[in-house]
Amino acid sequence: MEPSFIKELSGIVGTDQTLIDTESLACYGYDSTPEHESRPGAVVLPGSEEEICRILALCHGAGVPVTPRGSGTNLSGGSLGRPEGVVIQTSRLNRIVEIDEENLTATVQPGVITSTLHKAVEAQGLFYPPDPGSMNISTIGGNVAENAGGLRGLKYGVTADYVMGLRTALPDGSLLRSGGKVVKDVAGYNLNQLLVSSEGTLGLFTEVTVKLIPRPPVKKTMLVHFPQLEDAALAVSRIIAARVIPATLEFMDRVTIRCIEEYAKVGLPLDVDAVLLIEVDGHPAQVEEEAAAVRAVCEKHRCSFFQTAATADEALKLATARRVALSSLARMKPTTILEDATVPRSCIAPMVKLIQETARKYDLTIGTFGHAGDGNLHPTCLTDERDTDEIARAHQAFAEIFEAAIAMGGTITGEHGVGLAKKKYLPRLVGESGLRVMRGIKGAFDPKGILNPGKVF
Amino acid sequence: MEYVKLINCMRCGMCLPHCPTYKETFLETASPRGRVALMRKIEEGELEASERLLEYLSLCLDCQACATACPCGVNAGEMVAEFKCERHEGRGLSVMEDLVLRKLLPHPDRLEAAVAPMRAYQRSGLQKIVRSLGILKMFPPAIGRMEGLLPELPARPLRRTIDEVTPAVGEERGRVGFFLGCVMSLVFSEASYATVQLLSALGYTVVTPKAQKCCGAPNMLAGDREGLLEAARFNVDLFAGHDLDFIVTDCGGCGAELKKYGHHLAGDEAAAAFGNRVRDISQVLSLHGDELREKLTPLPLTVTYHDPCHIAHCQGIRQEPRSLLKLVPGLDCRELAEADACCGSAGTYNIEKPEMSDRVLSRKIATIKATGAEVLVTSNPGCLLQLKKALAEETPPVRVMHLTEVLHRSLSPR
Repeated sequence: MEPSFIKELSGIVGTDQTLIDTESLACYGYDSTPEHESRPGAVVLPGSEEEICRILALCHGAGVPVTPRGSGTNLSGGSLGRPEGVVIQTSRLNRIVEIDEENLTATVQPGVITSTLHKAVEAQGLFYPPDPGSMNISTIGGNVAENAGGLRGLKYGVTADYVMGLRTALPDGSLLRSGGKVVKDVAGYNLNQLLVSSEGTLGLFTEVTVKLIPRPPVKKTMLVHFPQLEDAALAVSRIIAARVIPATLEFMDRVTIRCIEEYAKVGLPLDVDAVLLIEVDGHPAQVEEEAAAVRAVCEKHRCSFFQTAATADEALKLATARRVALSSLARMKPTTILEDATVPRSCIAPMVKLIQETARKYDLTIGTFGHAGDGNLHPTCLTDERDTDEIARAHQAFAEIFEAAIAMGGTITGEHGVGLAKKKYLPRLVGESGLRVMRGIKGAFDPKGILNPGKVF
Repeated sequence: MEYVKLINCMRCGMCLPHCPTYKETFLETASPRGRVALMRKIEEGELEASERLLEYLSLCLDCQACATACPCGVNAGEMVAEFKCERHEGRGLSVMEDLVLRKLLPHPDRLEAAVAPMRAYQRSGLQKIVRSLGILKMFPPAIGRMEGLLPELPARPLRRTIDEVTPAVGEERGRVGFFLGCVMSLVFSEASYATVQLLSALGYTVVTPKAQKCCGAPNMLAGDREGLLEAARFNVDLFAGHDLDFIVTDCGGCGAELKKYGHHLAGDEAAAAFGNRVRDISQVLSLHGDELREKLTPLPLTVTYHDPCHIAHCQGIRQEPRSLLKLVPGLDCRELAEADACCGSAGTYNIEKPEMSDRVLSRKIATIKATGAEVLVTSNPGCLLQLKKALAEETPPVRVMHLTEVLHRSLSPR
């Protein structure tokens, strides 16, 4: 990058918050996405909204690409910058501006860590439901940009369902305000929802106002074993058909169960096809009723074991199996490709079966776990990046899995985003007209195309 | 460095919120996954081990909180230490390192003699004069920091005063070896005295071989693997002849290193047996909770417990110290927020990297103050030194005690 440009950049944020040395840039060449790497030209860590706007205006004037980044937990390569561009890391903007108990909202800066927001609102008896797997480090700005999901998606929805207001720095450095604390707002296009899941291609959030809800007073946790995959899948849809919406309805397949047992020894059976982790929450009477209904459904569908936690400690123990699923898989082989195929929940059984068959066909180890209640599955391929042949087979397998997901009326990503990793599948999903409209929107926000170029499309 | 260890990191970022230096800077280069990435780039020939890169790596406190957090079992802290060790190997030791690592640490007599002038300096009142005149400002900052950290030294190191065999009180339940450690014996001899008394009160005969050498951890950190192995072999042989159930230490750092002797001296059965017998004092005392409860008398204090990195992250011991404190009648135990976050002491880190050490320490002090505790309890000499100094300066000051001091005080009230 031009020394004069770097000088102007560091003039805005300070030299200590401008990184241009090879070593630093090498550490910004990755995020959490396997196999994707791209070293940016510079990284800056602004300390205010004003600095963000000034950086954008500078880059806009010089035609320099800008990529926003939070904690770099992105799973689709969305937070990787370009060699000729600047990465803006928002971590220093980490203040909870306000928790408004009258309007049930929280207003935060983009760099606030998701779990920090959880703790702050829960201390006041309130609840911010979105809980992505990376919530202990992911930032709210990133969650909004990627429309992050999580384990509570089934009952409570995803990040998009909680975003009420945004302050967004546009590519030219101007500021866009959308939404706010009002529950009803139909003035013009819904720019809030457009910006949510825009993956850093339309603007950079400088402040986010989210909706809060009362904290559910109790929850009940259940762990259920199913010898047959079909029975587990059927139980998932029948629980919902029985008018029970669990907060959490999580699935683990045989490969995942075996890995968990091998690594964490939590006492899972090795002779079953599937395990479900189910949590119902709300008022005590309702929770009792729902738990009983869940049990009845599971027993009707030939579960071999049904365990209900009596205490919070026990609940934690039951949930451990699901919580350590990814860790257990990740420890088996050096490279873990965590995918994000999503189908209507009625298609869980055929999808899991197809994943297992595809794994066999390509001689791969793929464990599947995920948010069965949402149909959001995480087929996770255990491989070794040094084995180029195996990696090639993994890509072939995933191409088939995504194709099948689309054929079932599903999607190529339920919560990780398109970024770089899923780009090639997007046209097949949204079609020509979909792409045309999306490109038009991009052009309206970012005519010079400087914001996170190369992502999504 | 084994390449597979480097590629096991899936860069998920789970380590970031647990890394003290990332929390302070938000910089990838100051994060565990960033350090692994840097080492990997060197291994792959993409980056050179430049001064700047080594400087980035040296910001690691080696607290190993990242290892606790990592889903894939990557221990970035240990890998950085290993990397530095490998780089140092074959380079020879500097005069200063040779003096400390080879001529002082392995020879407790010399080490004690070396510390004697310091004690004399403190006792003569010269320390007060030196401090009040600000003479230390004329020396390199490191000297001043070292001088400032050192609390008043005991009259004699424990190694000098303790008997080789401390008999069990009442019927003998077992025999344990006591590993003194350097700083514990030299500086915190009272705490180590308490350790031995507690063991004896619970029916253990305590054998303290006086010839024992430093555990070797400082050698490892300086890349002196040879010195480490020499110390390990010596200590294994020394304790082998005593028919011991456990080898006990009240120093988190020594415990973590001693437990690895089997790994260091791979294939040596005696070393493996030694390593398997090593226990932190809290692990042994926890075996006798009910008995201890009956012996303890009320201690009306408000305390909070700080997990030393070498106890919590390196040895996985978290519950035992807390359960032991809860046995003490009248003791109000308050949980510390981020209790297992590093205090910034980290061996000689607080002297070598004072700025980052102070930032990490400030966070710790704030959480300690928030508990309102009168006493901070911990069980590692590095943490004791660092926190004693800092908490003495707070208003009101917070006292710092080793876990065994608290228990011993409750066992035999003064």
